[in-house]
Amino acid sequence: MIYFNSFIFCGLVCLLGQIILDNTKLTPGHITSIFVIVGAFLDTFNLYDKIVLWAGGGALVPITSFGHLLIHGAMDTVNNFGVMGLFMGMFDLTSSGIVAAIVFSFVLSLIFQPRD
Amino acid sequence: MEKREYKKIVEKNTPSAPKLRNAIIAFLIGGFMGVLGNFLVDIYSFYFNIGSKDASVFMIITLVFLGCFLTCLGFFDKWVNFAKCGLIIPITGFAHAMMSAALEYRKEGLVTGIGANMFKLAGSVIIFGVVSAYIFGLLRIFIMGV
Repeated sequence: MIYFNSFIFCGLVCLLGQIILDNTKLTPGHITSIFVIVGAFLDTFNLYDKIVLWAGGGALVPITSFGHLLIHGAMDTVNNFGVMGLFMGMFDLTSSGIVAAIVFSFVLSLIFQPRD
Repeated sequence: MEKREYKKIVEKNTPSAPKLRNAIIAFLIGGFMGVLGNFLVDIYSFYFNIGSKDASVFMIITLVFLGCFLTCLGFFDKWVNFAKCGLIIPITGFAHAMMSAALEYRKEGLVTGIGANMFKLAGSVIIFGVVSAYIFGLLRIFIMGV
């Protein structure tokens, strides 16, 4: 059942993005930025956690989960350090994705030549 | 011919993108990516005997690697052209943006090429994410206490 939920949620997010892309003049860069902001907004009041419980891994694949993880990490340190915690823990949970993207793309760009 | 009239004629004659077809493809491919993500979480938590939270970190790393590697092999650009938001919205789109920037500026050198331009396309995601998360975090502290 959770696979079906993942399919529906991730598909709906992509469908929404495609509708915005086709009907406005926004570029893919605009759309991914908008979805990150939407993800951060949804997690401000713990709504995204409920979506993760419902859709499982499917809710962690779209870029909205990036915003969700940013604010989630920040809130964990806010519990211990107050307002200053916002500066400290923001990348705690997202670092895996960012570091992986930086390392893989650097190393692979040394190995491979660009196509056409 | 006046510019305005010319613009009208151009707008009339540009082929309209097949919106319905694009939307269905994005829905199906995006949904498939979600299923793949959940499948990887299940696999990792089963084989490495870890909680689903740690397994989801492994899943994100795997998808980022797949996005980077397939971009290098030249498949991913064609797939993105076909599926559009179905592959841009998932985390693979982030990896694809970084990888294609790194490949494109590779010939300009390591520091001035790759180092300076890697975040050219993907940087907006990080910047807007951090700024919006900071603002929403402040809001939440003011409204809910923690």
